[in-house]
Amino acid sequence: MSFEKFIFYIFSLVLIFAATMVITRRNPVHAVLFLVLAFFNAAGLWMLLEAEFLALVLVLVYVGAVMVLFLFVVMMLDVDVAEMRAGFMKNLPVGLLIGAAMIIELLMVVGPKYFGLDKFAAPVKHAADFSNTEALGMLLYTDYLYPFEIAAVILLVAIIAAISLTLRRRPDRKYIDISKQLAAKKADRLRVVKMESEK
Amino acid sequence: MEFDNSQLMTMLPEIVMLTGALLVLLVDLMVRDSDRMWPYALTLGTLLAAFAAAVSVGGGSSEIILGGNYVRDAMGDSLKGALLLIAIPLFIYAREGLRKMDEWRTEYLTLGLFSILGMMIMISANGFIALYLGLELLTLSLYALVAYCRDSSKGAEAAMKYFVLGALASGLLLYGISMIYGATGKIDFPGIMQQIAADNTGDNTIFVFGMVFVVIGIAFKFGAVPFHMWMPDVYQGSSTPVTLLIGSLPKIAAVAIALRVLAGAMESLHQDWYMMLVILAILSMALGNIVAIAQQNIKRMLAYSTISHVGFIFLGILSGTDEGYRAAMFYAVVYALMAVGAFGILIALDRKGVVVDQLHQLKGLNDRHPWLALTMLLIMFSMAGVPPTVGFWAKLFVLEAVVSIDMWWLAVIAVFFSIIGAFYYIRVVKFMYFDKPIDDEPVVVGGAAQTMLAVNGLAVLLFGLFPVLVFGLMKL
Repeated sequence: MSFEKFIFYIFSLVLIFAATMVITRRNPVHAVLFLVLAFFNAAGLWMLLEAEFLALVLVLVYVGAVMVLFLFVVMMLDVDVAEMRAGFMKNLPVGLLIGAAMIIELLMVVGPKYFGLDKFAAPVKHAADFSNTEALGMLLYTDYLYPFEIAAVILLVAIIAAISLTLRRRPDRKYIDISKQLAAKKADRLRVVKMESEK
Repeated sequence: MEFDNSQLMTMLPEIVMLTGALLVLLVDLMVRDSDRMWPYALTLGTLLAAFAAAVSVGGGSSEIILGGNYVRDAMGDSLKGALLLIAIPLFIYAREGLRKMDEWRTEYLTLGLFSILGMMIMISANGFIALYLGLELLTLSLYALVAYCRDSSKGAEAAMKYFVLGALASGLLLYGISMIYGATGKIDFPGIMQQIAADNTGDNTIFVFGMVFVVIGIAFKFGAVPFHMWMPDVYQGSSTPVTLLIGSLPKIAAVAIALRVLAGAMESLHQDWYMMLVILAILSMALGNIVAIAQQNIKRMLAYSTISHVGFIFLGILSGTDEGYRAAMFYAVVYALMAVGAFGILIALDRKGVVVDQLHQLKGLNDRHPWLALTMLLIMFSMAGVPPTVGFWAKLFVLEAVVSIDMWWLAVIAVFFSIIGAFYYIRVVKFMYFDKPIDDEPVVVGGAAQTMLAVNGLAVLLFGLFPVLVFGLMKL
């Protein structure tokens, strides 16, 4: 076994272990932390594929940003584990059936029969100074310019959607509008009441 | 790849739409008026300009540009044109409805325009990447719109359901796409078609495996049985102006992607996919038409009616002939026209503080507003497939396509279920014309919406008398 293969198996085994732990842990915080471990190992696998940029982005974006957000959400929500598991036994047979069907289908197609080295030659190894990021950038801004632009529009829509769903003007807020204050006149605030003078 | 600026002219409709949507966003910031006339006028202007652009760059032989991601061809031209034209009455009705609900904000216009842009991208996608991104643009805008009325807990629940099931469908679709990409090494439709045709091993298990997931993904977006669970809840949960958008135009885009993927990229696998569509079509027609009978809520009833119409659209696609594909396109366009009209009438009947969504609220409509009742009558007859309305021709053309490939039994099943379906459409007519009104409040409709509804109803009749006006434009 070459060293590379050895590394591959280590990353893969830890990845599978971590993924199993994610869905079996009772404590949601532990599950999130195992997911972080799974992401790190996936990044390691991408490194082996020479996809350095993607590997780094996975760590930076998913581990650095998304998972931290996840932890926040888990902390904020009051997750009742017992309640979540209430329907577990009832739905188990259906779940097992669908899961088994999926696994059998997967075993039928994923393997050397259809994806073997004779069908797809192994990619050529690049020299150490080959810039993966540059190659990705070239592809993204030429051949895939159109999808790239659409992705930008999708992000814009996400911003609009998030703001329009969360921004509300509360009537009871203590907000000071300076121009309104300056525009206030004496007549707006002051009322002179004529009264009979007391004797 | 050489980048050529002159290529950009080909995608002028999309460029106009994007620019228009961004302008609406900016104008809303600059111009402060409570009635939002400027963004509204700009929205309608954008739709007209995009339609004009689509007409001016349309026609002629098909062109594939931008690295094989974008295709402009006769099918795209006709569907895009129909989409943009039907979008105009849609926004007019939506304004009417949102103003009655005191929810008239520019976000509806912006998100609506972006969702239409997403549909246009789907229609002219020439590869799985553009197709998927267009789909996401469409559905992301729709998720936000379903939750548009922020104080409605039903809307939030519907949005959540739609989002979770939509994400699941996207996952299945992506899984299928990844399998096909893995098997063929190509991501663009012509490339995949060549690879599948060139495959001489005689074993197409892997293509079929990927295709199953892609078909499920598409069926989810169409709302075909058994992937229809989200439709009734989302139709009912969102406010009528939003249901108007969800329930009409996306079907045109869905037909486009089904034809691009199944009839284009996987043409040589027709033997494998047509049986799946047969099952989806029969289940959709059966469940849609039968369950709709039991509904008291009109929006739920129309959701089940949509499911049955989806079954009919699949009949056209599964025939695998050019005539069948044209019939499916025609059906989707006609359906969008009818659905916009039907929801438009519900909006017209709304009042401040009163939402019309129960069947009995339509009772005696003829005494209260004869024009609206007549329009609703035309649309209901058209949905049921009664001549001389356009819905009759739509059903006839798909049945003709099924008969032409010697599937008589399927045509008989379709006719059987559409007769069952006629019951609940005609019940609406009975309520409007033969029952006493339960409230005597006058119906207040804005001038623009009222005129547009009349035009919409008459269009259903006119295209029924001269179906070639629309069918002649449906080219492949």
